[in-house]
Amino acid sequence: MHDNSMKRRDFLKTASAAAVGAVAAPAVWSPARAQDRKETLLIVTENGPNNLDIHGVGTNRPGYEASWNCYDRLVTHEKKTLADGSVSYDRDKFKPELAEDMNVGDMSVTFKLKKNAKFQDGTPVTAKDVKWSYERAVKVGGFPTVQMKAGSLEKPEQFVVVDDHTFRVDLLKKNRLTVPDMAVIVPGVYHSELLKKQATEKDPWALEYTKSNTAGTGAYKVTSWKPGVETVYQRNDAWVGGPLPQIKRVIWRTIPSAGNRRALMERGDADISFDLPAKDFTEMKKDGKLKLISNPIGNGMYSLELNVTKPPFDNVKVRQAVAYAIPYQKIIDAAMFGHARPLFGGPSNDVAGTEWPQPTGYKTDIAKAKELMAAAGAGEIETTISFDLGDGVNSEPMAVLIQESLAQIGIKAAINKVPGANWRSEMAKKSMPMMVNFFSGWLDYPEYFFFWCYAGQNAIFNTPSYVNKDMDALIDGAYAAAATGNTAKYEKDVKGFISKAYHDVPRVPLFQPYLNVATQKNISGYSYWFHRQVDYRSIVKG
Amino acid sequence: MLATFGKRLVTVIPTLIGVVIVTFLLTRVLPGDPAVYFAGPAATPDSIAEVRKTLGLDRPLAEQFARYVADLARGNFGNSLSTGRPVAAEISSRLPASAELTLAGLVLSLAIAIPLGILAAVKQGSWIDHLCRIVATAGVSLPVFFTGLLLVYVFYFILGWSPAPIGRLDAFATAPPAYTGFYLIDTLAAGDLETFRGALGQLVLPAATLSIFSLAPIARMTRASMLAVLASEFVRTARASGLNSRTIIITYAFRNAMLPVVTTLGMVFSFLLGANVLVEKVFAWPGIGSYAVEALLQSDFAPVQGFVLTMAVLYVALNLLIDVLYGIIDPRVRLDG
Amino acid sequence: MTDALAGSTSSAETAKPNSTLLAHARYVISDNPVTGLAFGLFVLIALTALIGPYVVPHDPLASDTTASLKPPSLKHWFGTDQLGRDIFSRVIVATRLDFIIALASVALVFVMGGFAGIAAGFWGGWTDRLVSRLADTIMAFPLFVLAMGIVAALGNTVTNIVIATAIINFPLYARVARAEANVRRDAGFVQAARLSGNGDLRILLTQILPNIMPIMMVQISLTMGYAILNAAGLSFIGLGVKPPTPEWGIMVAEGAANIISGEWWVALFPGAALMIAVFCFNLLGDGLRDLVDPQRRT
Repeated sequence: MHDNSMKRRDFLKTASAAAVGAVAAPAVWSPARAQDRKETLLIVTENGPNNLDIHGVGTNRPGYEASWNCYDRLVTHEKKTLADGSVSYDRDKFKPELAEDMNVGDMSVTFKLKKNAKFQDGTPVTAKDVKWSYERAVKVGGFPTVQMKAGSLEKPEQFVVVDDHTFRVDLLKKNRLTVPDMAVIVPGVYHSELLKKQATEKDPWALEYTKSNTAGTGAYKVTSWKPGVETVYQRNDAWVGGPLPQIKRVIWRTIPSAGNRRALMERGDADISFDLPAKDFTEMKKDGKLKLISNPIGNGMYSLELNVTKPPFDNVKVRQAVAYAIPYQKIIDAAMFGHARPLFGGPSNDVAGTEWPQPTGYKTDIAKAKELMAAAGAGEIETTISFDLGDGVNSEPMAVLIQESLAQIGIKAAINKVPGANWRSEMAKKSMPMMVNFFSGWLDYPEYFFFWCYAGQNAIFNTPSYVNKDMDALIDGAYAAAATGNTAKYEKDVKGFISKAYHDVPRVPLFQPYLNVATQKNISGYSYWFHRQVDYRSIVKG
Repeated sequence: MLATFGKRLVTVIPTLIGVVIVTFLLTRVLPGDPAVYFAGPAATPDSIAEVRKTLGLDRPLAEQFARYVADLARGNFGNSLSTGRPVAAEISSRLPASAELTLAGLVLSLAIAIPLGILAAVKQGSWIDHLCRIVATAGVSLPVFFTGLLLVYVFYFILGWSPAPIGRLDAFATAPPAYTGFYLIDTLAAGDLETFRGALGQLVLPAATLSIFSLAPIARMTRASMLAVLASEFVRTARASGLNSRTIIITYAFRNAMLPVVTTLGMVFSFLLGANVLVEKVFAWPGIGSYAVEALLQSDFAPVQGFVLTMAVLYVALNLLIDVLYGIIDPRVRLDG
Repeated sequence: MTDALAGSTSSAETAKPNSTLLAHARYVISDNPVTGLAFGLFVLIALTALIGPYVVPHDPLASDTTASLKPPSLKHWFGTDQLGRDIFSRVIVATRLDFIIALASVALVFVMGGFAGIAAGFWGGWTDRLVSRLADTIMAFPLFVLAMGIVAALGNTVTNIVIATAIINFPLYARVARAEANVRRDAGFVQAARLSGNGDLRILLTQILPNIMPIMMVQISLTMGYAILNAAGLSFIGLGVKPPTPEWGIMVAEGAANIISGEWWVALFPGAALMIAVFCFNLLGDGLRDLVDPQRRT
């Protein structure tokens, strides 16, 4: 027996030695691979794209990133350096991308295309491609069509081919958002000849093809895509939309575990970890081993949204009571680790300026909340707080803190986690009484936010189902005033609708979150964009 | 032999039919509305209805089921809603990843659990026996995802022995040509030792996680089976005739004790394939388990149905195979017995 | 005559199972310290579940954002979580819920699977075919994904987690019960009972059920551990119990994200509690197996 156990020990020894040898091996790099590594960017995020084309059915947010980097728009935004040294797109300044010139007339916008612009297969770009692409965006239905409408880009007749290199957009009505809307991700320019060949009767816009192939002029093209695993891009060396990017290859891996993403960054195995939780951001920043960049998400806020169509939240006093019962500072401290811009505790609910988002006049005041509950004649209330499970890392602690606090004013709320896929359908049903939610608009104008979240069209994002004629008049008024450049009227209406929204509180603003990104120290050139995805084109490694 | 095999095959058909029906119904009562999900942000009731129509979700349930079965009969598992890719292709490209991981876990587990089980049986009632039991039971007492995260923390984050937990291969390595889909085999076949070492390194932690979880059933079975054999006539006879105990244990007892262990392997394998789901999520392993979980959370029917069906067929086939093997190894066993 | 004789010996054997079982239990526990340990732990867990909520030092739900993520200290023995809640109190209070999840799911599956299995084994024929096919069908599912599907479809409440756990364990119980009942349906003591005019149902309840209880107890003990692990797995993918309810699995799942950032206590303590409970149930099952294993008995 003794003999036997000796053998076993020897076996274990050799076995573990073999295992260690195998494990340590990947540190040995072949020279070719080391060179490759210098020109390759490794990005890790929680989710990867489910579709490479933003026109596709149900393309998710990471899919927008693929579209942004693989297609060009006629125009794009300039960049600016912010006070903290980080770089952001400039909402108010445009520069040509695929066009070399943009001429805004009274009721039309004319573009001259860059003559040397080619698709990634070498075919030159003509105005026909642009017209076809714009038509695709307004006719394909779903999100792209709705987004185009926001800039009053609705009818195929609006898009005119003047000659091979001249394209004109005729305006249906004056809208300040028309040009900005042409610089969002949706109106990219697609290879119309190629896609027409791929189109079928059932699929006239070749969505099947663009779902997993890129057919643009952009700086990058996807060379390999394994949904849920990895997306690999190769640089397009013939890109004319801007200066040639430094990064030759981008590998974008999906790492579902947040802890593992952090470990990958801290051990230097990944170059960029995008969209970090506030906790990781603040802690890694303190550690100082990595470069941490953070920008407030423009035109975005977390809020507690109350369904105004059903009791008890149809009563404005109950809503105001809720607004006074929320433990705002606790939420910012514990849920966001202090890393968020407060949207409470302002001087008054009658706002003095048009900046957006801006603080409400509410602050945590349980006595006042109780008073309002009594005035509303509301007794004990039982309800639920819902949130999107996909955003659980932020929303869950908020929901728990709000639940705890609301109990003090006699509102007993159960917490309901809604799995990510169901969140949209629950929102569409408009049946959730109370929810912690986040919304941000691409186009950074207050009236745009209100158009989605407060207007009488009762869009999916108007989760409280708040419909009010006076509110609509103010929103429409602001739109019209902006289009005609009537600044005084615009400011009056914007202040009007913000104040009204704060008094009626169908949604209680909590805070404006940040978009956080961690990069290794040798990475530079990251820029914040309204679409909240990574633009690889400006990134430099070395 | 063939006839009994055929007979056995017939009995699994109702099982598979049951699986198809249950999966179909289960996926349809999932609360999410795929139409709303895929209509994207800023959807209007009209655009949602449009998407619902293109997805065929406006048809009656019976019609959807009939279409689903007709597709299945043609080997068509449907397309994933979220990625638009054919489920069959996706599953067949991901199955080797799961199978390789599960097999590696199983082999590792056997390599540890069988000696443990034998030791426990030989030293029955001693502290070694108790220790074996405690070790094996402790392994199955932690949630797999927790074991996995702990291993990553210790062996990757703290010690740096293990490569980054980012899937089957380092991001900068290129996958070997797919002969079998098993990276360990394919890299060797292609003679790419560097990638082989890389793939092996990636495999160690997730396989260890799985094996820790499956030590208990194998060790327990080995111990029980060894005990039974050690108490049997022929071992006693061998002992009486003066053979040394090592020969008895290795040559006589062990070989006979392995039969029931082989039978449990089928069960353990399917148990591991289940545990895989969470391990794959922790290690970003591109297998079918992580695929199914994502799909389930998105109410994406087709991949869930495809996954369940694949697993069911695998399970049934594996058990059939083990039955047959068992019949060949031990002629006393009859399939219909 | 021979039949009757055989019957009488069998029923004599089973006539006083309790006294022999008890003696045997004493023997097994004294012989096997591990089982003794497991039994001790079980009593401890049951006690904690019973009185835990009344003796904890802090309110398990009360947040204190000024004391967020504090390491173990004299005030907070197990440290605090993200919202500053006392982890020790949460772990203790969670014992009851986890114990209930484990107990309720085994009770449910015992009733469903046990009775279906006994009926199948006793009557055979179409009952047997139906139950066996049902068990086969469930077995063919990847069990965790089935549980996920059920909870996702019905909603993530404690009740539905219990139901899902019971359903995925159904085949195990049905098969064991069926095999045991099958062996005993023609046993002498059953025939004797039948001869003295008892109906099938009465025989099932008074003769078969008590006789297969010991072997079922083994299953019960093993599945209790599995039920807790299953709930933890569901929590990891976000389908666990609702916040802010303390439950070990969800605490481990949430704390797991903090391991890398160094707040090990958030996951470790609930993880240890969970492990001890599952460990104890498993060892107990092993011990019970020894108790009812005829080979050990000789």
